[in-house]
Amino acid sequence: MQAQTGQTEFGYNSKIEGDVVLTTVDAALAWFRKNSVWPMPMGLACCAIELMAAGASRFDISRFGSEVMRFSPRQADCMIVAGTVTYKMASSLKRIWDQMPEPKWCIAMGACASTGGMYRSYAVLQGVDNIVPVDVYISGCPPRPEAVLDALMKIQDKIGKQPVLQDTVIARALHLQGASNNQG
Amino acid sequence: MATVQDIEIRDAAALAAQAVEDAQDIHGEKMVLNMGPSHPATHGVLRIVLELDGEVITKADPDVGYLHRGDEKIAENMTYTQFIPYTDRLDYLAPLANNVAYALAVEKLLGIDKSLQPRCQYIRVMCCELARISAHLLGLGAFAMDTGAVTVFLLTFTEREKVYNLAEAASGARLTTSYTRIGGLMRDVPPTWCGQVKQFCDEFEVALGEAETLLTRNRIWVDRLRDLAVVSREMAIDYGLSGPNLRGSGVDWDLRKNRPYLCYKDLEFDIPVGSVGDCYDRYLVRMEEMRQCVRILRQCLEKIPGGWANDSHEPVNIADGKITLPSKQKVLTSMEELIHQFMLVTEGVNCPSGEIYFGHENPKGELGFYINSRGGGVPYRLKIRAPSFINLSILGELLPGCMISDVPVVLGSLDFVMGESDR
Amino acid sequence: MTDLEAAAAIKTKFGEIISEPAEFRGEISINVADAERVAEVCAFAKSIGFNYLVDVSSIDNYGDDPRWTVVYHLRAIVNGAEIRLKTGVSEEKSELPSVIGVWRTANWHEREIYDMMGIRFTGHPDLRRILMWEGYPYHPLRKDFPLAGKPTDLPGVAFTLVTPMEGGPFVTVAGGHDSIAREPRVRVPEDDEVQLNARIEARGDNKDLRGRAFGPGPMEKK
Repeated sequence: MQAQTGQTEFGYNSKIEGDVVLTTVDAALAWFRKNSVWPMPMGLACCAIELMAAGASRFDISRFGSEVMRFSPRQADCMIVAGTVTYKMASSLKRIWDQMPEPKWCIAMGACASTGGMYRSYAVLQGVDNIVPVDVYISGCPPRPEAVLDALMKIQDKIGKQPVLQDTVIARALHLQGASNNQG
Repeated sequence: MATVQDIEIRDAAALAAQAVEDAQDIHGEKMVLNMGPSHPATHGVLRIVLELDGEVITKADPDVGYLHRGDEKIAENMTYTQFIPYTDRLDYLAPLANNVAYALAVEKLLGIDKSLQPRCQYIRVMCCELARISAHLLGLGAFAMDTGAVTVFLLTFTEREKVYNLAEAASGARLTTSYTRIGGLMRDVPPTWCGQVKQFCDEFEVALGEAETLLTRNRIWVDRLRDLAVVSREMAIDYGLSGPNLRGSGVDWDLRKNRPYLCYKDLEFDIPVGSVGDCYDRYLVRMEEMRQCVRILRQCLEKIPGGWANDSHEPVNIADGKITLPSKQKVLTSMEELIHQFMLVTEGVNCPSGEIYFGHENPKGELGFYINSRGGGVPYRLKIRAPSFINLSILGELLPGCMISDVPVVLGSLDFVMGESDR
Repeated sequence: MTDLEAAAAIKTKFGEIISEPAEFRGEISINVADAERVAEVCAFAKSIGFNYLVDVSSIDNYGDDPRWTVVYHLRAIVNGAEIRLKTGVSEEKSELPSVIGVWRTANWHEREIYDMMGIRFTGHPDLRRILMWEGYPYHPLRKDFPLAGKPTDLPGVAFTLVTPMEGGPFVTVAGGHDSIAREPRVRVPEDDEVQLNARIEARGDNKDLRGRAFGPGPMEKK
């Protein structure tokens, strides 16, 4: 559990505390969550090929827990929009995003998904962030698989910091402290 | 406390009436199933509206256009050289081949396609064949994965990574290479490149053997592919199929042999042609084509002008200042080269007024560019004849009669890519 | 049978409506003066061996009459002969017979031409849009349709906006100030440009509702 720099995530030092880790439930749950992000590959165009390469043996996305590329949105955590989003495709994409259960994140992979890329034309949506909230943008045309892995690591950092039990429906229902002060 | 259930004993007449009712229930309305546009078994964003009678498909209506990006209209606003990156993204599994196809089309318009530098021709042929291997590998891998054989996918991707390394060494980019230019190439290949290609050829033949061991005589594979979606010779020609789909149906037509370009006339290779026209034939044609690609690559490695490291400094670009960019040293010191550079970059290559069509043997089929020019550096109309678009049109005729679990097999055997189909 | 012989055979059969074969870069093109008879010409071409339709394209000769040119590329698989047939269709008519009865591959080609240019094909069993969605009101490849597109109502998603064309000569806007006389690349109807400039003047800037720049960017607009 000890990071390279010597700082520990959970204040754990094996020489003092032995083999027991003390942490908050939130941190533990966030750790479970971030290391098993199941992507939903919205592979539309060329970036999908680099996404597949990221999933193949050389770059191996399964090291990060994302081995199962779930094509069913109901079973996925993170939607990776890889490729150009056209207006014709946009409604399907939004629908699939809506079908994903919370908590969900979105990675806009490549120039086309981030901003429309080099296709400034009548048929291309200039950035998928017009229809879904994007957490991480990857630039590149197409981005190298290492860039995809870097984006996944950024998502993992983001998930690691997100409260899991606080400020959730459960917390509010149980009238836990701190939750009642928060709106929405 | 157990309850006693009444057992109904029916007489023959009642049973017969029940049977008729059951039969009507079975042969009820047909179900309309929407497949796609986001579906793991499609090679990209293709939507097929299937009408099913149980498991059997009665009607299939493919719906394309989910990746239509407006390439042809963009081409009317770009110079010929500025359009090269867009050609990468057409068949994004074989970008080098698209680059070569487009460059040859513009060079045909200019009238310089027969006077390309020999070294450039050989390098382009090698790039085309590497792209062919790469595209067939992914087509095969995705095809096998869709039918359940996931190992082949990982195996082919490992080989594709080697092709990516070669593409990156030559052009700087793994996937979207934009390697060719009008009149030549972006730059010559590095001195170690040819050695790497040779090494790749040796390793690839072993890997291809492994993939064949896994699939070709695999009982399940053969059962799933044999006698499925048979395309007769006449149907293939009538529907405008091209590439392995056409050859799988028994038509001996390959643009590299029938309308040779670059240096294919000097190379020895065979064209695999199928006999039955089913999915298995198309698969076999692609596998054998990959072997022939290696054969072509080996010959090119022997014959390449200038040798592997280009010790004799063979030029790669045509020596015409009005077509290819001059060297940077000259641009900054000499007036004529400065003007050429300026005109080429801002206005583009000045093409004559006229129209041409050039068809290139791409891995997916015949990629054709119809360029209608009214002079100047920007085409008036650029039409891309996309093989995948035309190959897909046969689905409406091919799928009815198949079962729904055959759909990924048929799609995989047609091997199309939506970037090219929708442009 | 070579390309020229085939062209001569077609000319012999159909007489005046076929032009003299023109040759450019080794390709033979013939013009069919009467678009209504193009299906007949194609059927004859198929009977003399052109059994493979390579491509059907359309060209918008904006400002000329006839406005549309439909181009057919034919090939004889048996001996490799190729020929190009061109025919002109006027804007008022915008219609010509379908060749789907000659080659079934023409089905999707003609649907695409209808989608992109708006030329209708009589006798086509299922003429509907193929690349754009059903209900898209414009024909995008026409010369008077801007590359950036026009806003439409797309059911399902709330909007389609005009694409921001801010800055840079990477895409030159039609009729822009940097297109030169020897490049008749795109001609823009004057009222479009007038409207665009009027919009810019009225708002005082060239940004759309989302704050993104549209229209010719600073490099184009002088």
